[in-house]
Amino acid sequence: MAFLRSGTATVGGTRRERPRAGLGGAGTTLVSLVLLALAWQAAALIVASPLLPGPPAVAEAMLRASADYALPRNILITLGRVAASFLVAMLLGSAIGIALGRSRALDRVFGPWLIVLLNLPALVVIILCYVWFGLTEAAAITAVAVNKIPNVAVTLREGAAALSRELDEMALVYRFGRLRTLRHVVLPQLAPFFAASARSGLALTWKIVLVVELLGRSNGVGFELQTAFQLFDVATVLAYALAFTVVVQLIELTLIQPWERRANRWRR
Amino acid sequence: MTGIILDIAEKRFPAAAGAPARLIYSDFRLEVAPFGFLVLLAPSGLGKTTLLNMVAGLDPDFAGGIRFEPSPGRSFSAEGPRIAYAFQSPRLLPWRRVRDNVALPLGRDPAAAEKAMAMLREVGLEEQADAYPERLSLGQQRRVALARAFVLDPDVLLMDEPFVSLDEAGAARLRDLLRRLLARRPATVMFVTHDSREAVELGTRIVRLDGVPARIVADIPVGLSADERRNPALVEECRRAVFG
Repeated sequence: MAFLRSGTATVGGTRRERPRAGLGGAGTTLVSLVLLALAWQAAALIVASPLLPGPPAVAEAMLRASADYALPRNILITLGRVAASFLVAMLLGSAIGIALGRSRALDRVFGPWLIVLLNLPALVVIILCYVWFGLTEAAAITAVAVNKIPNVAVTLREGAAALSRELDEMALVYRFGRLRTLRHVVLPQLAPFFAASARSGLALTWKIVLVVELLGRSNGVGFELQTAFQLFDVATVLAYALAFTVVVQLIELTLIQPWERRANRWRR
Repeated sequence: MTGIILDIAEKRFPAAAGAPARLIYSDFRLEVAPFGFLVLLAPSGLGKTTLLNMVAGLDPDFAGGIRFEPSPGRSFSAEGPRIAYAFQSPRLLPWRRVRDNVALPLGRDPAAAEKAMAMLREVGLEEQADAYPERLSLGQQRRVALARAFVLDPDVLLMDEPFVSLDEAGAARLRDLLRRLLARRPATVMFVTHDSREAVELGTRIVRLDGVPARIVADIPVGLSADERRNPALVEECRRAVFG
């Protein structure tokens, strides 16, 4: 019996292209989000209480909060804190992680510290920072960074321990020198680990920043949420939450994903 | 232009992970003549790669010394002779384009990019200059590794079975390429293999190692001319005469 195995590609098409979230993907996402809004609206109609406002009420609250620029201003303030603590955590966490990954002796001494820090509740760190350093901006950013550093360090330690010895030797024989070895040999190998810790880091950081603001700052999204909470103003709570989620998603789409694509373009 | 004198009093691997300590070399002496093509032939696991690593400076943990002698009237820079090393696997940087892989050993040389392109032209990979190494076949990757080695204009060229896991035709083409490159940029070569045909076709001198610790059991000059090396029948005849 004859058997014909036919290919799935079209003539002239390129095999290399990866399936991407193109128009079809975006369309599906949109439908999914509209469905969520409809379900929310339905629930709001059934409950019919100011404690569960529907999408129109939340949109109205968003406009009201934006009228005196309070909402964009608070989001910017919070984003600034996220950026500062994120940068501090990535820098210190990477340095610690790489050092521990490259030296077994250091890892034996300080590895257990990381475990302790990893398991310290975020709230404890925040309280201690405020108690020791006062209700200051520096204390807030330190508290968030300290929460994040052990995660970054653990991820980068794994990456540094897996660095290729073969490529190290190649760079040594061909006299790349320290800086060029770092730039062309070491950092590209660590890129996936940076991306992983940056992504989980951003998610963790902005959640903790809100708690820090709630406990000891007089502005920012966290502070506004607390004010709204005291007034039982659920519409404003949802308005801030929605706006902030959108901003974080935008950062992911416009900064992190393009960078990852660039860093990975050499892969087959 | 560079002679190499290896004088290894002792090289041992310490016991590790359950394996006992091993003595690899003891009172081992070998001189490589300037511009010589020395082939090291030995069963695997004997320490051939270790020897190349010691010459390359990758393994300083041995008693003894390795001396590089510049040709009369010349001297090395402060960093010593230019050494190029073609490893068993190509060891290219997968995240850098082929042209950058070849240019990187040149460092801050302002002509690095041009030199790399000229070198790629010589090994027949001009069209792949902008590709990433993993898109190339193994044979092509080995060509890139050769280009990276020769772009330095090396004094010493170390090669550790650089043509393994290629089919015979591909390996023959690469041996041919290597001979052509060496004709233009002479260097002192130490070449490790366990393929006696390859040894005869390429080497001007074949040194066989055996035993623990490794010592020289045969030291055979190969007097074939460049033309004769291109003739497989002659190479085979010579191989049989030497190795029986």
